[in-house]
Parts: sequence; C-alpha cells; structure tokens
Amino acid sequence: MLMRPIAALAALCLLGAAPLAQAADKPSDPQIAHIAYTAGVIDVEAAKQAIAKSKNKDVVAFAKDMVRDHEAVNAQALALVKKLKVTPQDNDTSKALTKAAARERDKLAKLDGAAFDKAYVENEVAYHKQVNGALENLLIPSASNAELKSLLETGLKVFQGHQQHAEHVAAELK
Amino acid sequence: MLSKRHLRRTVALALSLGALPAQAETIQVTIEKMAFSPADIKVKVGDTIEWVNKDILAHTATVEGGWDVMIPAKKTASMVLGTANAVDYYCRFHPNMKGRITVTAP
Repeated sequence: MLMRPIAALAALCLLGAAPLAQAADKPSDPQIAHIAYTAGVIDVEAAKQAIAKSKNKDVVAFAKDMVRDHEAVNAQALALVKKLKVTPQDNDTSKALTKAAARERDKLAKLDGAAFDKAYVENEVAYHKQVNGALENLLIPSASNAELKSLLETGLKVFQGHQQHAEHVAAELK
Repeated sequence: MLSKRHLRRTVALALSLGALPAQAETIQVTIEKMAFSPADIKVKVGDTIEWVNKDILAHTATVEGGWDVMIPAKKTASMVLGTANAVDYYCRFHPNMKGRITVTAP
C-alpha cells in the first residue's frame, strides 16, 4: 500500500531534528507506548526547568499546565499498559527523542530572562508540532490495540491545545 | 385546581423569597476532548450551571476578572448565576477552550 510509507515519511519530515531510525517501520504497541510516554516525560522535564528559571508569569503558568496535563496523560498511559499487561519497549525513536531533549535542555540552561523565555516557548511550539505530527501520521495509524489508539487520540487533542497555547504565549512574548 | 387568587399569592410569596425563583433549573455543560459543549448557553438568574468534566485532565471555567470554577478530572462542578449579563469564559489551563453564558432576568 502506498499510504503508509507516505505517512511515515511525513512523520519523519516533521520530526526533522530528531531523526527516527525506525520510523519507516511500523512501530509495535509496546514501542508506541514507550514513545508516547517518553515524549510526555520530556515535556514535563522541560516545564520543570522553565518553572525554576523563568520569571514571566505567562511562561510559568504555561509550564505548570504542561506538568499537570502530561503527568495526567502519562498516568493514564501507565494504567493502560498495566491493564493490558504490556511492557513498554525502548526503541530508537524514544532514544532519539531523549537525546534531542537533553541537547535542548543544555542549550536552555545557558540562557536567562527574556532569552530563555523566548527559546523555551519556541521550542515548545516546535516540539508539540513534532509530536502531534508523529501521533497523527505514524503512532495513531500504527496502534493496533483500540484502547491504546483511543488514548493516543485523546493525547493528540490535548497536545494540539498545548501547541495553540504555546503559539499564543510565543506571540505575546514578541 | 388553583384559583387565580391563590396563584397570585403563591407568586407573590415566591417573589418575596427573592433569592430562589420557583423554577430554577440546572443546565449541564459537558467537557470532553478539550471543549465545552454546548459552548454557548442561555440561562436565567438563579439557574445552576453544572460542568461535567469527562476528560482525564483538570479544567476551569474562568471569567477574566470575575469568577473561577475548578473542575477536576472526571468530576462535576457547579455554580449558581446571580446577575443578569453575558459573559465569555475560558479554561485557565487550556485557554483555547472557550464558552459563553447569557444570563437573563427570571
């Protein structure tokens, strides 16, 4: 079928900064669970860095929203894998995401004040765009368990909201 | 059957009690997948709005410079509307979630 390689390619293009070695292959449910969970953990860590560093109340409020929502979604994900007796499986996509996030965190650690706020929020826009693209084009179409698929779809709705929120905060900072 | 006079007296009594109009209703707004539904509602002073949060996330119903209602995940929260006016509200945690309530005199 022609559709899947194109979707995988689109996801790859969107992911850009974090090359996905295995993205062309269809990830398994245990891998999808691991990728989704990792993506959430990364955003919570980025948010905690922002809460500690930023003095801008809109930026801090946004970061607190990220912690609250991503922790809630990940708690659901953990409950689901437990229920399904699935063990999330580490994979190249998760590793690439973690590596890219560590780089970004180091970059942000060197910035302060308005420069930090701008870089953090812009990265949040880019990151949510990237994760939403991957969810839409690769992870959701690849998920075979219906409950996992449904949780990913809920996640996509939530993260699309985050993307709009981040875009709004980014526009305010300018 | 109620006589007209009796009815008038009942109405007068209800009016004198003031705070709670006789036919106060509860209007439900469901929150699902990051949206208020229905997003636009019309109610009367004294009616109760009940937000039913079906999401796994906490939300709020907030009026800028006005009231603020917390609606925890999978929970319900409610509020009685006391003044006749129209307000736009949103979720503080997810500002792209928006709703509107038009409150008219009973």
